[in-house]
Amino acid sequence: MLIIVLKIIIPFLVIMQLLPLLIWLERKGAAYIQDRRGPNRAAILGVRLGGVVHSLADVVKLIFKEDIFPTNANKFIYTIAPFIAMAVACVTFAVIPWASPLEWKGSAFSLQAVDLNVGILYIFAIGSMGVYGIMLAGWGSNNKYSLLGGLRASAQMISYELTLSLSVVGVLIFAGSLELNTIVQNQGSNLLSWNVIRQPLGCLLFVVSAFAETNRLPFDLPEAEAELVAGYHVEYSSLKFALFFMAEYANMIVASALIATLFFGGWQVPFVSTETLRTYAQPIAYYSVLGLGLFSVAAGWFLVRRKHKVVYHDARDYETKVLGFPALLVGLALIAGQILYGPLPLGETGSQVAAAAFQFGAFLAKILFFCWVFIWVRWTLPRFRYDQLMKLGWRVMLPLALLNVVVTAGIYLWF
Amino acid sequence: MTIQSQEMLLNMGPQHPSTHGVIRFVVKTDGEVMSEAMPDVGYLHRSIEKIGEICDYNGFMPYTDRADYLSAMNANQGYAMVVEKLLGLEVPRRAEFLRVIAAEFNRIISHLLSVGALAMDVGAATPFIHALKEREKVNDLMEALCGQRLTYNYVRIGGVSYDMPPNFSERCLDFLDRFEPQWDEFERLVSANKIFIERLSKVGTISREDAIAYNLVGPNLRASGVDYDLRRDIPYSIYPELDFKVIVGHGEQGEVGDSFDRYIVRVREIRESIKILRQCFSRIPEGDILAKMPKVLKPPVGEAYVRTESSRGDMGYYLISDGSAKAFRLRIRTGSFTGMAIIQKISQGMMIADLVTLIASLDVVAPEIDR
Repeated sequence: MLIIVLKIIIPFLVIMQLLPLLIWLERKGAAYIQDRRGPNRAAILGVRLGGVVHSLADVVKLIFKEDIFPTNANKFIYTIAPFIAMAVACVTFAVIPWASPLEWKGSAFSLQAVDLNVGILYIFAIGSMGVYGIMLAGWGSNNKYSLLGGLRASAQMISYELTLSLSVVGVLIFAGSLELNTIVQNQGSNLLSWNVIRQPLGCLLFVVSAFAETNRLPFDLPEAEAELVAGYHVEYSSLKFALFFMAEYANMIVASALIATLFFGGWQVPFVSTETLRTYAQPIAYYSVLGLGLFSVAAGWFLVRRKHKVVYHDARDYETKVLGFPALLVGLALIAGQILYGPLPLGETGSQVAAAAFQFGAFLAKILFFCWVFIWVRWTLPRFRYDQLMKLGWRVMLPLALLNVVVTAGIYLWF
Repeated sequence: MTIQSQEMLLNMGPQHPSTHGVIRFVVKTDGEVMSEAMPDVGYLHRSIEKIGEICDYNGFMPYTDRADYLSAMNANQGYAMVVEKLLGLEVPRRAEFLRVIAAEFNRIISHLLSVGALAMDVGAATPFIHALKEREKVNDLMEALCGQRLTYNYVRIGGVSYDMPPNFSERCLDFLDRFEPQWDEFERLVSANKIFIERLSKVGTISREDAIAYNLVGPNLRASGVDYDLRRDIPYSIYPELDFKVIVGHGEQGEVGDSFDRYIVRVREIRESIKILRQCFSRIPEGDILAKMPKVLKPPVGEAYVRTESSRGDMGYYLISDGSAKAFRLRIRTGSFTGMAIIQKISQGMMIADLVTLIASLDVVAPEIDR
């Protein structure tokens, strides 16, 4: 029972912890793309962490804003819409595998909230619920701009869902299963057997449709700032707006996780199979902790040695010291511990857990990379027009996806 | 059961992110496709022409900045020229060069803002910031020249207020050397972008006949294929001595006179302005910057009309003097007003997203419409 609860809570917590990090990444990424510095002012007792604390300040701001109900809005629909948007984004995570299943007393213990044998179908079923949140928000706030945004969202998401689903069919043919864990295991740890190599067109179509599904630029028509002001969430304020805001990033994480799982080997560490990881868990853990210690020492040394600059005349001036000394000490402690006690014996379960932790790290790195791609594209490209979007979806992407299915099936049957 | 349907009346503005100032459109729309966008002007009316009849001639100069605050130097220059024409005043040559330098810098930053805002309106935020970054550098130069960053109030009747500060021309030439590669980069990022081209080409096409009939001026007129530039065709100041090209739209990504042509004309005019500035800095003579003038200006009875090529095209000042220290009547003619007028005709049957592109590509600026 406890394990089930933990399995549900941990993925949820991971998303919730990734959200402020992503918002920070978006702001900082946008800033560096645009030749700016980005957020660097908000501080707690002088600690700014390069702007990460700004996300916290945002949360506080959004909580304390007035929660406005438009006079003519449908109260029920208006209230429920942001909850649908956020809930759908989080629930999708249930079936995504975080690491290879552990073998414990002869039974497999999968590291995902629910090990559904129709995982992909579940994701598409829940994912298509996401449009309700946006559509109801557009309809319920009784604003013409919101309405247009909601209309655009429903048309766009339904159109691109077809391509999204069809582009995965090739992957399913190779894996022979709808289970996400099987799909990942089928890809293996060899880079050349990942689905991005086996299904390049499918991967491209999936990534583009994922952009459209998450309403990110160049497909952010539902909230098109230039023409629809803010689109479907123009009337929302306070925490309801925060939910929409977080749902966008949660959707981004889900889309990134799906891209990584389906086409980039999921939790597979490149070129290192699960068996290898488990066999050599002890030295790998030893050297990675040692490396972590060395990195921490280097970072701490770099921060501590930085010239003390008096800029703000408050606690912020001591930030480098405040961050640098603990990092230095933690790093030294890690190194000393590793050297003094040597490689600790991990045992059967321990090596499995260490391998899983390593795979989880690889998966997280992949997710963050694709999130960065989302951000990168957003700050580079202009937006499509509504008719161009539909033309791309129905006349280009859908035929290509069908072609991909036919060709993949043909090749699979032939060989 | 029958389903009733009716046109939706969408109120766009006066506060809206893409109308660039307080402009209002009443849009009749059927979903995404709209049947008409009716412009509504007057939200930024400040009676500048009436103020011109109350102030004395020198006192009105700061108000001309506000007539078009994105291109204040050009507006300054036009007003100074009309009063000088009435007075029959000869402006020192150095002052004329300084005026042209200021005006061309102002044209560059006005076009930078226009092009950046256009990119922003089709959804790309980064080019806008890059354009503004360059604009800030020009603002620094202008601040060194006259102490102001937006409303310069630099030109005086009979000359200019300050001479160049030390090292000014080196700083400016240094900036131009750095700016040109930056501008190439901007073009690589924006002008060659497939989505950007798709959003702009064949959108809001204004034919040559329409452009002339609706009295479009400046870059908008030239984008429609009319080869007409006041700096060359009715020359004033020192423009006859300078070598520059008049950029005309050729419809390279679609039709002549579409939004992309209006965009590319502005992009290339920035390069022509750089050329003019380089010539000015190499030829600027020594000498006075202000002609000898009486303390109180009393132009003889009469009237004068002066046209200048502002950033948004033909900017005309019409002045009637009754011989007193104040103007009897002042009238300012600006380019954005006619640009605004043509939107109603061109926008019929457009998509909502294209209306935004059209407004941005016409570079209509609220203070210039209403004055």
